[in-house]
Amino acid sequence: MTTPTAAAPTTPSRRLVRVPSLETTAAWLLAIVWIFPLLYALWAAFHPLAFMVRFDLLAPLTLDNFTNAWNQAPFERYYLNTFLLVTGIVAAQFVVCTLAGFAFARFPIPGKDTLFMLVLIQLFVFPEVLIVENYRIASGLGLVDTITGIGLPYVASAFGIFLLRQTFKTIPRELEDAARVEGCGWMAVLLKVYVPLAKPTYLAYGLVSISHHWNNFLWPLVVTNSVESRPLTVGLGIFSAPETGVNWATISAATLLSIAPLLVAFLLFQRQFVQSFLRAGIR
Amino acid sequence: MAKRTSDRRMQVYGALLLLPAAVLLGTFAYLPTVATLINSLFLPGFRGSPPEFVGLENYALLIEDRTFWKVARNNLIYALGTIPTAIALALGMALFVNGRLPGRGLVRMAYFTPTILPMIAAANIWMFFYAPQIGLFNNLLGALGVTGPNWLGDPSVALTSVIAMAVWKEAGFFMIFYLAALQSIPPELEEAANLEGTSRWSFFWRVTFPLLMPTTLFVLINALINAVRVVDHLFILTKGGPNNATNLLLYYVYENAFSFFDRTYAATITVIILLVLAVVATVKFTVLDRRTHYQ
Repeated sequence: MTTPTAAAPTTPSRRLVRVPSLETTAAWLLAIVWIFPLLYALWAAFHPLAFMVRFDLLAPLTLDNFTNAWNQAPFERYYLNTFLLVTGIVAAQFVVCTLAGFAFARFPIPGKDTLFMLVLIQLFVFPEVLIVENYRIASGLGLVDTITGIGLPYVASAFGIFLLRQTFKTIPRELEDAARVEGCGWMAVLLKVYVPLAKPTYLAYGLVSISHHWNNFLWPLVVTNSVESRPLTVGLGIFSAPETGVNWATISAATLLSIAPLLVAFLLFQRQFVQSFLRAGIR
Repeated sequence: MAKRTSDRRMQVYGALLLLPAAVLLGTFAYLPTVATLINSLFLPGFRGSPPEFVGLENYALLIEDRTFWKVARNNLIYALGTIPTAIALALGMALFVNGRLPGRGLVRMAYFTPTILPMIAAANIWMFFYAPQIGLFNNLLGALGVTGPNWLGDPSVALTSVIAMAVWKEAGFFMIFYLAALQSIPPELEEAANLEGTSRWSFFWRVTFPLLMPTTLFVLINALINAVRVVDHLFILTKGGPNNATNLLLYYVYENAFSFFDRTYAATITVIILLVLAVVATVKFTVLDRRTHYQ
């Protein structure tokens, strides 16, 4: 579209001296304010503690804070746990939500609309809202302090079922019929026709789910109680709790360590991330 | 006849496809919801005795619990403080980066980046700003000769500090929805308005803003849900203190369940949260979905 800026009458003289417009200045100021906390965390992590609030361009750079953080908490274990958790959840969500989405899109199940509304309730009632009872259920199933216990409540995601149902519904029946004429069963139809055509949805949903579960905190905090199962967020939360007395430069480094993989992935694949959030958000 | 048996087989097949999701949703969504409702009617049994049915006594306790009212009020202020600000900023950001702006990609990235950080990490970073003596804010203010407030320790300031952080975290997320909506507005509208000499201000309020209404409603619903669902930052910043000045409903549930071990009272507060979410859901399904259909 022609943009609001373009609509403003820009006088030629202004262009000549290149004075940024008020709007440009405001946009940039806001951007600086917005990115500042992250830049500050970088500053704090790469400089000795003495320079936390002394902004000296010649301050010595150091990696000590990262070494300290790495030595003071089992970050390699936390990385492994988060990695297992996130891949496990996304894989399980893909399977469960694909089956359910397919059923809702194509099968004549009695009371289907009511069932679907029931599923959509989970868009509002999240596992973390029900921490008290979910903890009891997880402990009844022997899942407390396991990675499965953190992930399982999120596997049947209403959001995933909804997205895949919408996508499957847009796929022309003729494609399905063609496959069936060739003698494909339902599973083959699903795997050969529907799933490949829904690839963009899987990518979008996968990225949203990865960032959600990489960052999730409350339920993992409640359901874990040892290093063996804690994900990065919980490890970081415990490490940086004020009562531990760990110094700030180290906490900064630990914070960056925890967010680095997702942040780097985001910076590299910005467009895909933003597109995914959009695709997944707009219903 | 053959048709009917094949229909029946389709039904069975469909039901089987739904089964894994149904079992999981039953176990981790419906069962705990019902159990929460039931538990709110009991008192926990002590020393191994079974829980005692007390009817609505927990609710009577809740009404007299001054901390609960304080927490509920905090949550309302938190919602009123974060949502309109975050939405206004998100809209402003979207208008900025939708325009012809030098370094647009960088600016958009700066706005969006907080969204992909975990709340815990964001809270850690803001802790460096807010800490009373060594924190950045008070150091900068000190350099100007001003004694800064105790951002998280002063009950009259703490909730505002928490709100500021939440706004920072959320605005960029909402921006992308506005940006997408802005890009779908036909440029002819603005060209026509320009020909007629409509000012940008009135074009925004008379054309752009109304066209963005569905997006605003969508963002509003999401923001409302987040206002009751996300309390991670409290674990780092304030732990609900000082003196419950920043406590929010879900954090209060957590405290009751896992610090005070009062499971049934925690269930009672959870019911209140579920009621709030039910209202939000009803608004979404009745008001919003008149436009967007699920078919």
